[in-house]
Amino acid sequence: MAGDRAMTASSLVLPKLGYRSVTALFVLVAAVALALSDLAVSALDPWAEMRRLVSGLLRPDLLSIEAMSVVWTVAFAVLGVAIGAGTGLLLALAFARLRAVRLLCAFLRSVHELFWALLLIQVTGLSPTTGILAVAIPYSGIFAKVFAEMIEEADLSAERVLPPGTPIVARFAYARIPELAPQFWTYTLYRLECGLRSTLVLGFVGLPTIGFHLDSFFKQGHYAQAAALLMSFYVLIGTRRLWARPATIPLLIVASILVLPEAIGGGSTLTNLLRFLTQDIVPSPLRGADLLAAATWANFGAWLWPIVSKQAVPGVIQTLVLSQVALVAMGAIALTLFPFICRRFAGRVGQVLGRVALVVVRSTPEYMLVYVLLQLLGPSMLPAIIALSVHNGAIVGYLMGRHADVLEYRPDAPKGLNLYCYETVPRLYGQFLAYVLYRWEIILRESAIFGILGIATLGYYVDAAISEIRLDVAVVLILVTAALSMAVDAFSRGLRRQLRIDTMPTRLSEAPSEARLALPLRNQDIACKA
Amino acid sequence: MAPLIELRKASAGYAGRAVLHDIDLTINAGECVAVMGRSGAGKSTLLHLLHGRLADRVALIPQAAALVKTLSVFHNVYMGRLDRHPTWYNLRTLAFPARREVAEITDVLDLVGLADKLFERAGTLSGGQQQRTSVARALYNGRPIVIGDEPVSALDRVQGAEILSKLCARHDTAILAMHDIPLALAHTDRVVVIEEGRIVLDAPSRMIAAADLVPYYGG
Repeated sequence: MAGDRAMTASSLVLPKLGYRSVTALFVLVAAVALALSDLAVSALDPWAEMRRLVSGLLRPDLLSIEAMSVVWTVAFAVLGVAIGAGTGLLLALAFARLRAVRLLCAFLRSVHELFWALLLIQVTGLSPTTGILAVAIPYSGIFAKVFAEMIEEADLSAERVLPPGTPIVARFAYARIPELAPQFWTYTLYRLECGLRSTLVLGFVGLPTIGFHLDSFFKQGHYAQAAALLMSFYVLIGTRRLWARPATIPLLIVASILVLPEAIGGGSTLTNLLRFLTQDIVPSPLRGADLLAAATWANFGAWLWPIVSKQAVPGVIQTLVLSQVALVAMGAIALTLFPFICRRFAGRVGQVLGRVALVVVRSTPEYMLVYVLLQLLGPSMLPAIIALSVHNGAIVGYLMGRHADVLEYRPDAPKGLNLYCYETVPRLYGQFLAYVLYRWEIILRESAIFGILGIATLGYYVDAAISEIRLDVAVVLILVTAALSMAVDAFSRGLRRQLRIDTMPTRLSEAPSEARLALPLRNQDIACKA
Repeated sequence: MAPLIELRKASAGYAGRAVLHDIDLTINAGECVAVMGRSGAGKSTLLHLLHGRLADRVALIPQAAALVKTLSVFHNVYMGRLDRHPTWYNLRTLAFPARREVAEITDVLDLVGLADKLFERAGTLSGGQQQRTSVARALYNGRPIVIGDEPVSALDRVQGAEILSKLCARHDTAILAMHDIPLALAHTDRVVVIEEGRIVLDAPSRMIAAADLVPYYGG
């Protein structure tokens, strides 16, 4: 057969990709990246600062909490996630049919919330609208994709037995919505947790959320105040299941609208938007120039070239260097950590303690972690590598532990390290790679964003362009970032297909657990794609 | 000969529900016993009970082949002796198997006709080949008693016969759940039949005709 021959030919040219070769490849690339990366600890006395930090964290100053910043963090997140979920649901209906919708969604979610915020500030100023839309826009792309996947994977056996000629609305109401609504709710409510992390971080660029105060507390070394604020955030996340339920959501939305702060300056949104679209983001050589003249385009080329060669290319390289090192470090951390939350290895008590620790690490926004580590260790790539690998390693480790807990071993299975190396890891390795490859794009987007904190990834150049009020340059660089993240996403998807792990669960909602059998609707978690 | 294990009025079950009742069973060292009966009769539970009592002298062949599908046939067979090597050696073998183990395991795989699959991934094998790998793991394990839950169910009669004779030859004692009557009569010394959790027949194979066993499978 022709197809067979073609396959043999290609397998002669390319070595067959297996779990081993893919792992070796990623480790090799990470080793090269590590050699290229700057890992210096330049702080003069990191330990002294660390001591002050820890002693501050241990003595939180609870009276200093700016209550309104906590309220606004919640309000922005509730409204942003609500708008994102609503828009996402509509987009999801067309997702499978229209390529344009899929591309739009891929673009929306490939630009990080902070980049959206930096752009939106130009139009809507430091206003609630900025905070809400910065979350709602990328989240609608994510919601659309996840909802569409849920629709696609739904059990449609009930729909197939409906009498032919059943109207489409009835079809949907009877056979689809009852099947899907619980999943949609669980996912949306979980996304709220991600939304809270996102709105916290938006404070670091000036919006009045928790991050705004954290920024100033950390800068001044007021660690006790920062600790109190952080604790209030953990409480918020930890109690989410109590206050965010399907029944309380309408109330939360109304309350959020009522408490929104007033915008600071900015002028008319419409005028700003017009100026933004027709002036600010139009490449400067093209503004008001004759688009048919050759000279205009020569100018455009002369304008574009240094942006590409001096900013985009070095930025892309540094972003990739950071993300590849962090990815492999994340994998190593996850493989090391997961036995600690696994009953077979850690016992009942160990399992509970391990889970609590991993959930706390996971709830800490990476951006803030990098920010703190940069203050402690001084500017280099090290803080970003630590933050990315620990945060994501905790998530993947948590998931792996859950998978390991439902593995069935033969009665005469070995124990301890032998069990780990000969049974647990080999059996879960495909699943492990599925998680790692899925988080690749997430890590990449975060790597780009950390540039805002001074690491020379793409975000660094975007931030510089925005502070020089060269929005046209910033937009070019953001588009480069989006393209890079979409390329990595596509590559990761292809790799997963090659390894035949593309149908394995990647979201936390699909992680197996004993509790899930008894309480199907109370999914513990769903992975954050943020 | 001294009895290897004696069960008196033993019962067993899962989750508070008794599956086996009033089991009186003595197995002597050197016997090759077939445990027979309908599915659900309690064969696996009996094997489980025996395994629990004899654990450290048993090479087990579980019902599902219980292989790690991402590892090679070699490593799956090697797992039969993980407990006899220090952990560092086991870790080393994962990446760089020593020549000695490769030779030993090739010999064992030869017995089950899988020597050519040495370094193939277990997941790529057919059901029958996986079952033979599982048998090879027990053979390599080398403990004196083999307990097997349907160890030849996925093989044809010729292959099954070969594997059975090897299991009985290489281990002092063999206790094997089976459902193929002629195969059991031809290759074991003794047949124990279980029905609804009780032993209803326990006799030397040579004293039984195939027709005696048919009632326990009918309907």
